[in-house]
Amino acid sequence: MTISTLTRGGAQREQQHCLRKMERVIIAMQDPDIGLKMRNQRLLITVIPHAMTGNDIMEWLIQKYNITDEEAGHLGGLLVQYGYIYPLKEPRSLILRSDDSPYRFQTPYFWTSSRWPASELDYAIYLAKKNIRKQGELVDYEKQNYNLLHKRINHTWDFVVMQAREQIRASKQRRKADRIVLECQEQAYWLVNKPCPGAFDVFDLGPERCNVLNSRVILNSSLLFFLLRISSVPNNSLSSHFLLSLSCVCSFMKFCDQYHQHDPIMSGCLPSNPWISDDTTHWTINTDLVGTPTRLRVERWSFSFMELLNDCLGRREFMTYLEKEFSGENLCFWEACEDLRHGESSKIILKVEEVYKTFLSPGAARWVNIDSKTMERTLEGIKQPHRFVMDDAQMHIYFLMKKDSYPRYLKSDLYKNMLSKAIVPQETKKSVFPFMRRQRHSSPSPAMVSQATEDNEPKYL
Amino acid sequence: ELRPLPVCLFFKECEQQAFLVHLERFSISPEMATQEVQPNETLSNLKAESDTLKTKLEDERAKLHDVELHQVAEKVDGLGQFIMKTRRTLKGHGNKVLCMDWCKDKRRIVSSSQDGKVIVWDAFTTNKEHAVTMPCTWVMACAYAPSGCAVACGGLDNKCSVYPLSLDKNENLAAKKKSVAMHTNYLSACSFTNSDMQILTSSGDGTCALWDVESGQLLQSFHGHAADVLCLDLAPSETGNTFISGGCDKKANVWDMRSGQCIQSFETHESDINSVRYYPSGDAFASGSDDATCRLYDLRADREVAIYSKESIIFGASSVDFSLSGRLLFGGYNDYTINVWDVLKGTRVSILFGHENRVSALRVSPDGTAFCSGSWDHTLRVWA
Repeated sequence: MTISTLTRGGAQREQQHCLRKMERVIIAMQDPDIGLKMRNQRLLITVIPHAMTGNDIMEWLIQKYNITDEEAGHLGGLLVQYGYIYPLKEPRSLILRSDDSPYRFQTPYFWTSSRWPASELDYAIYLAKKNIRKQGELVDYEKQNYNLLHKRINHTWDFVVMQAREQIRASKQRRKADRIVLECQEQAYWLVNKPCPGAFDVFDLGPERCNVLNSRVILNSSLLFFLLRISSVPNNSLSSHFLLSLSCVCSFMKFCDQYHQHDPIMSGCLPSNPWISDDTTHWTINTDLVGTPTRLRVERWSFSFMELLNDCLGRREFMTYLEKEFSGENLCFWEACEDLRHGESSKIILKVEEVYKTFLSPGAARWVNIDSKTMERTLEGIKQPHRFVMDDAQMHIYFLMKKDSYPRYLKSDLYKNMLSKAIVPQETKKSVFPFMRRQRHSSPSPAMVSQATEDNEPKYL
Repeated sequence: ELRPLPVCLFFKECEQQAFLVHLERFSISPEMATQEVQPNETLSNLKAESDTLKTKLEDERAKLHDVELHQVAEKVDGLGQFIMKTRRTLKGHGNKVLCMDWCKDKRRIVSSSQDGKVIVWDAFTTNKEHAVTMPCTWVMACAYAPSGCAVACGGLDNKCSVYPLSLDKNENLAAKKKSVAMHTNYLSACSFTNSDMQILTSSGDGTCALWDVESGQLLQSFHGHAADVLCLDLAPSETGNTFISGGCDKKANVWDMRSGQCIQSFETHESDINSVRYYPSGDAFASGSDDATCRLYDLRADREVAIYSKESIIFGASSVDFSLSGRLLFGGYNDYTINVWDVLKGTRVSILFGHENRVSALRVSPDGTAFCSGSWDHTLRVWA
């Protein structure tokens, strides 16, 4: 049984997990034993304590997570972008340089997660301070924000200016190194929380989730069934559970193995991968109703009945085989049922009638042999036709073909001939002049092809 | 010892049906299980009871020696050096790309973005073939019809609309637009079923629904998620009757399309499930979540069988898909990267850089020759 007590959505909800994880990394980096070795860094003429170089950060990440330079650079870059580490040189550029540029850890007071959302009042005070300290210190977008705030919270502007002056006065009394550090921290915080338009924005998120909440108690059926099941089985069934578990897991290995050669990303494709070589031969030799299929394609028909049916060519071959055995009506019936199931609602009654007339009625032209019980049920159901009325009959015929006709087809001369005639394309040798790019030809759009042909075929696949 | 549980049930008719059917299988009388809520049973009592049951379940499970996939896969050959590069970059969207889908012809793609634009490309030549501007922003879902003659899309308009693709350059595609699905919150995902005639949708209103395209009629609705449903995928199974969905309630549900019932449910993720995708055999599925992990669930064993995670991966996985053989799992992440996982061994095979913002969509092409990723950096990339 699970009880859902989801909290309302919002930006915070979406970022929670990432920020917590980043903070864990940051804390590990500052660990006295396994963390970074921090030292004093020189910034112009001042010495800043507890700083590290970009290179230090990279090295630590590479070592701790066993990753490459590139990945460490990327991860470190994100830590800087999210404001957990800030640069001392060129503070407006929130990137990680893998050289001896100095960086510092942001104080938890200024972590993105601690002070969310950023207060307008604080921002106003910050901008006012900058403005007072040095005229022209504010850049364009900051000037704009300053003016906007001035309008919006005009009623408290005196307070803002007073606070700004007070904070400047207090900072003057600190040591130069401390002052610089505090200024950098504050600046870094605002660069992340009020970024320059066009720059990366931590708060640029998707639409809010969890707008509609069902705070009802929900029974997690799966959990309950399992509990009931295991509490009531005798001990020797535990081994059958283990065997099921083992066989399930083994089936994945079997599947991956069987399809390994057919997976272009794993084994390449012949003559070449069109996306890499710009040569579309691979696609031309594998079109739906090509004259001579490739060997891999024909082999795949033997993997499962579904593979055979899903391939137009395979299905057509199978139909030829069935007609030789005078059981072609089975496949036709199956196709008609698929068309019924996946077709328009408005055509259901018509299609059910057609299917009945063609396949099920006594003396029907293409009568299908289904067991009496299923036939009875189906005929009863036809009186109130709906999309799934043929499901039982369809399933019966499907399994009939799968268990009987399909295995025999695979042993038949028809299939064996197909396999022997199938082509194995030559792998294209790499071009002598790799810099000459081939012309990429366009192909007819499926939309055009369809508009051109008469639309008598049912639109199922 | 388990006593008959005084379970507190406020569910809808359909869930109750499913529950009763399952009870029947275990020869438990409905009366025994559906006792009325006692007046003194508060929410916290029930939560405590639920937690106790969960712990007991975990203990029992531990005794069963469930086999882990990576243990059995130890004897499988490892994968060698893995090199995949961007082979095409599709530029043309003016804003974040949110979703994409392949056409069955293996080379065309439809993509949708934040500014309402839906574009159909021939990814091979990188030419744009069609473009439509939706009346809403944040078009989070788009899908190509199996015939290749239409596309479906939707987002903050709470609807799913179908646009037949016309090759007449002068024709305004928007004129032929057909409104099919109507939800009460944003549309998060959509997919055509086996034909152009039916569409499956999932929404921020917590439900999934199956629609008849021609009439716009609701054929079936699926209730069971406790919050926004973010993704769905149709089963490649023989009888083609099930699909999976994932949501903000951290659950991945398996549904029967015909009856509307939830037949299986998995809850092991620690955060929103952004993407679900069936393993090619249909016997399992993978999920990608905001908790920075991807997981594999086996449908027959009814449990999670693998977790794909790394300490250095901090941001959520937004979109996942398998290679054709199911050996590789590609995950697009919110930290702009694509991680490639060895499904059997559970290890990461490669990490692909290139995008300059979140990867929001990722799909392997129908013939498995490449995969396409869409990103908030306004571009799509085809990798091979």
